[in-house]
Amino acid sequence: MHGGNVAIVGAAETRDLGTLPDRSVLQLHTEAAMRALSDAGLGPDDVDGIANDGMPPFDVSHYLGIRPRWIDGTSVGGCSFMLHVRHAAAAIAAGAANVVLITHGESGRSGVGTRPWAPDPASLSGQFEQPFGAGAPFATFTTPVLAFLEERGMTRRDLAEVVAAQREWSDGNPRAARNRRISADDVLAAREIAYPFTRDMCCVVTDGGGALVMTSAERARDLPSADRAVHLLGSGEAGGTPIVSQMDDLGSFGAFRTACGEALRTAGITHADVDHVMFYDAFAHLPLYMLEDSGFVGRGESGAFVADGGTRPGGALPMNTNGGGLSYTHTGKYGMFAIQEAVRQLRGEAFRQVPGVEVSVVQGVGMMFGAAGALVLGNRT
Amino acid sequence: MSSGPVPSPTPETAPFWESTRARAMRLPHCTPCGRPHFYPRSYCPFCHSAELEWREVSGRATLASYVINRRPGPAFEGASQIIALVRLAEGPRMMTNLVEVETDPVSLRLGMPLRVRYSERGDQVLPLFAPAEVAA
Ligand SMILES: [Zn+2]
Repeated sequence: MHGGNVAIVGAAETRDLGTLPDRSVLQLHTEAAMRALSDAGLGPDDVDGIANDGMPPFDVSHYLGIRPRWIDGTSVGGCSFMLHVRHAAAAIAAGAANVVLITHGESGRSGVGTRPWAPDPASLSGQFEQPFGAGAPFATFTTPVLAFLEERGMTRRDLAEVVAAQREWSDGNPRAARNRRISADDVLAAREIAYPFTRDMCCVVTDGGGALVMTSAERARDLPSADRAVHLLGSGEAGGTPIVSQMDDLGSFGAFRTACGEALRTAGITHADVDHVMFYDAFAHLPLYMLEDSGFVGRGESGAFVADGGTRPGGALPMNTNGGGLSYTHTGKYGMFAIQEAVRQLRGEAFRQVPGVEVSVVQGVGMMFGAAGALVLGNRT
Repeated sequence: MSSGPVPSPTPETAPFWESTRARAMRLPHCTPCGRPHFYPRSYCPFCHSAELEWREVSGRATLASYVINRRPGPAFEGASQIIALVRLAEGPRMMTNLVEVETDPVSLRLGMPLRVRYSERGDQVLPLFAPAEVAA
């Protein structure tokens, strides 16, 4: 399923991102789908596989007049799309599908055509998190961070530096929700949401969508989009915990280690081969966990690496080059947008393009510390 | 009586919530490997045995991590709340709220000793924690 035999041949976001009260969730899915198919040089009639999260996949295929013979509704939160890409690659390699369409749409800000979220008081979260006020991600996903920082001798300034570094990437990008540079001092001085997190350490909340089209590398060579194909070189996925309090280690997430480790191993590469990373940042602590858990820096080294410019423009490891979920967009499931930016960088089409990107690693997380998915993408096999 | 969501027990968690209503806290302990676990399950997550026994724990814990939520949901009537991860003396970690302490990081130190408090919520009783020096 790996080794460059499967490619992303179409990738697109909705025309607009941000506040889109005039569009339903289904419209966001399908607008992104049609734009991604157009990008690939394919049409709905070419699609025989469909995957998405957040609604039954056949809601999207039926809307577009597609009759799929392969369906994947894997729903593990914001990293579902990393798993869809991995599963689609297996399906294509096995002959279970020829062309797979993966869609995302979410009216995260406006709530148009979406069901309200109602936690079940008998669920694990309903019994052991919600009663204590841990419902919103900003007061739940964030709970282990002080343990992470303290065991490393790091402080909340290290969280602020993550935000400042990523604003250099989104600076001036009209598609980014937060697109002005900011200093770590400014980040620390912003309104407190859940100590130690201030406003800018928490992701934006937006409406939008994105879609991917995948097929075999052989088929990709015959498409008009052939010279822009992005190959799946490796992938991994892993399950974590349904409630944050039960993480094995508050200072490290095993699912990142498992997923990223398998992605690098199946790609047959080492960290030194990676030119660019997209690390799912619903909150400012996640890139720090990911830098360490995925092995790009040693345990305890993430804060200094970011503060010293390692992830900024010109740094050794360009990270979250669209500004990330903290600055670019976050509909509720950011994973699709992390993949989109990796594809743009590999195609040489990014707003703030890193020169010479050939290999990109995308690390996703979902349902807080519930799941992880990682992809190694390359612009050659 | 505190305000907020009320937990709804399931068959495998009901003895836990029955114990807190009696102002004690019991957890499943595995007979073969001797370890307690949280949240309550039908099998030991360490050795996968189904031979479990409910035993009372001490109610002593230490502060493992926390956030001070400045934007509590409407059910919580607006006051800042400390959402804490605490490590029970017997080993398992759980989420709770800290009470009888200022909602200020100056008053909070990771590793500080805590003692359980019980607080009514609807028809259930939640285990909350207070600094041990206050609760002593
Ligand atoms: Zn056992």
